[in-house]
Amino acid sequence: MSILVNNLSKFYGDAKAVDNISFEVHSGEILGFLGPNGAGKTTTMRVITCYLSPSSGSISVEGHDVHSDSLAVRKLVGYLPEQNPLYHDMNVLEYLEYTAQLQGVMPPLIPRRMKQMVEACGLGEMKHKDIGQLSKGYRQRVGLAAAMIHDPKVLILDEPTSGLDPNQIVEIRSLIRDLGKQKTVILSTHILPEVQATCNRVIIINRGKIVADGPIEDLQRSLHGGEKVILEVDVPAGQSFDLISVQIKSIPAVETVSLIDEKNGLKRFSVETSDATDIRKDLYLLCVQKGWGLLELHREQTSLEDIFRQLTSDSTK
Amino acid sequence: MKLTNIKYIFLKEVRSFFNSPVAYIVIVVYLAILGWFFVSNLFINNMSTLRTVFEMTPFLLLFFAPAMTMRLISEEKKAGTLELLFTKPIKEYEIVTGKFLAAWVLYFFTLLPTLCYYITITFIGTLDTGTVIGGYLGLMLVGAVFLAVSVFGSALTENQVVAFIVSLFIVFALFMLDKILFYLPITLATILEYISVDYHFSNIARGVIDTRDIIYYISTVSFALFMATSVLQKRRWA
Repeated sequence: MSILVNNLSKFYGDAKAVDNISFEVHSGEILGFLGPNGAGKTTTMRVITCYLSPSSGSISVEGHDVHSDSLAVRKLVGYLPEQNPLYHDMNVLEYLEYTAQLQGVMPPLIPRRMKQMVEACGLGEMKHKDIGQLSKGYRQRVGLAAAMIHDPKVLILDEPTSGLDPNQIVEIRSLIRDLGKQKTVILSTHILPEVQATCNRVIIINRGKIVADGPIEDLQRSLHGGEKVILEVDVPAGQSFDLISVQIKSIPAVETVSLIDEKNGLKRFSVETSDATDIRKDLYLLCVQKGWGLLELHREQTSLEDIFRQLTSDSTK
Repeated sequence: MKLTNIKYIFLKEVRSFFNSPVAYIVIVVYLAILGWFFVSNLFINNMSTLRTVFEMTPFLLLFFAPAMTMRLISEEKKAGTLELLFTKPIKEYEIVTGKFLAAWVLYFFTLLPTLCYYITITFIGTLDTGTVIGGYLGLMLVGAVFLAVSVFGSALTENQVVAFIVSLFIVFALFMLDKILFYLPITLATILEYISVDYHFSNIARGVIDTRDIIYYISTVSFALFMATSVLQKRRWA
């Protein structure tokens, strides 16, 4: 067991940021931490990294308690904070050296570690530049390089890909996936495809409580019983949405029909069923029978976005 | 206690003083003001003494100490880099001590060129070396107190202007304490006199190095740094 969070709560004054959450992370696992703004993701990460103390509950990292054995925990953890704070008046190499020194890397090993990190994060051309002159994407890489400089067993990354362009995002994600093979990684993000692309497990947190925890496929299965089918048809003028809707609903399993889009007489519907029956064939036969021109028909998997919205939508009210 | 951690913080801060205009501005402006007072009085008084240096420096330091240290912690608070330091395996007092020592070294390099005055005067007159050594030792100790207090001021806030004003107020109070004593009852006056920076400085500047004065400086600096450390530790529970 790499990280063990037990009944953790954190208050800021009267406000409860994290409310009695428990979870564990195994080594070699990449855990995605999802949640709307203010859900408690950053607070949880800050407690694990010893930046904040828990109001109640306990956390241990590789067997070391964050409260009683804090220095040992801080040695094991590499942390990239949310805003990626850096010293703008230092150049990249100076900063990496300083970080390595403070992380307690043995002085003779520091030059080698710096070289490895500069290579791994693609900082070769920028290594002599002041951090203040770098673009946001490069700063993010510097932050990542610094977080990994001491080869930590546990990596905690608070929104690691924010501010990166699509190419860089792909690179950083594959870097994280590689790292995840030997290390324990927790990353938080708003970007849902990121979780699908990098994580093997996801925790969704809302208002300080865990609302879902498990592999993405399990969540998709457990949260959505029915299917969703997108149908685009060319119907003769004069047929109203209500009329078409009634006809589609005559198929037994169909529960709701909604119009997504209407352009030049083409109508696009989203059809949802109450159970897992495949209704695509029925829809096709219906189109043939009514003489509608069938332009598109496909089944949509419940995306992580839907799960996320289902689980956290109450927070917007 | 890990001296290496203090060393790393110290070296980083010294480097950022001397890589930025801060160090040079402090040194040049201090020397310009001091030089103006020194030269304008030297031949009028017609005395071979460094009294101007020893009298003006604590006064100038009221402004220079808060100015030199105001960014040390507050800037890191504002930029968020304090979060990086706090999640590394180092202790708060190591951070505070390293930063204080860096400021003290900058102050040492600020005082260093005033040895020119010493050299100049030995050419045109005779100087009492004992009072010069005592004077410089006293200046280093007064500086240590002012800088340590200002480091505490910087730990209080993420706003550098607020840090400067708060530090200025505290060092000004420490400096002025023994100048208001005659308004006060005698028991209170002796206590305040002991707290006053200037009272101990005048002892050392006369060339009298008394352990009581040394203990005063060491304990005041330690207390100020301890307070700064406590302020930093508090945020874990915020």
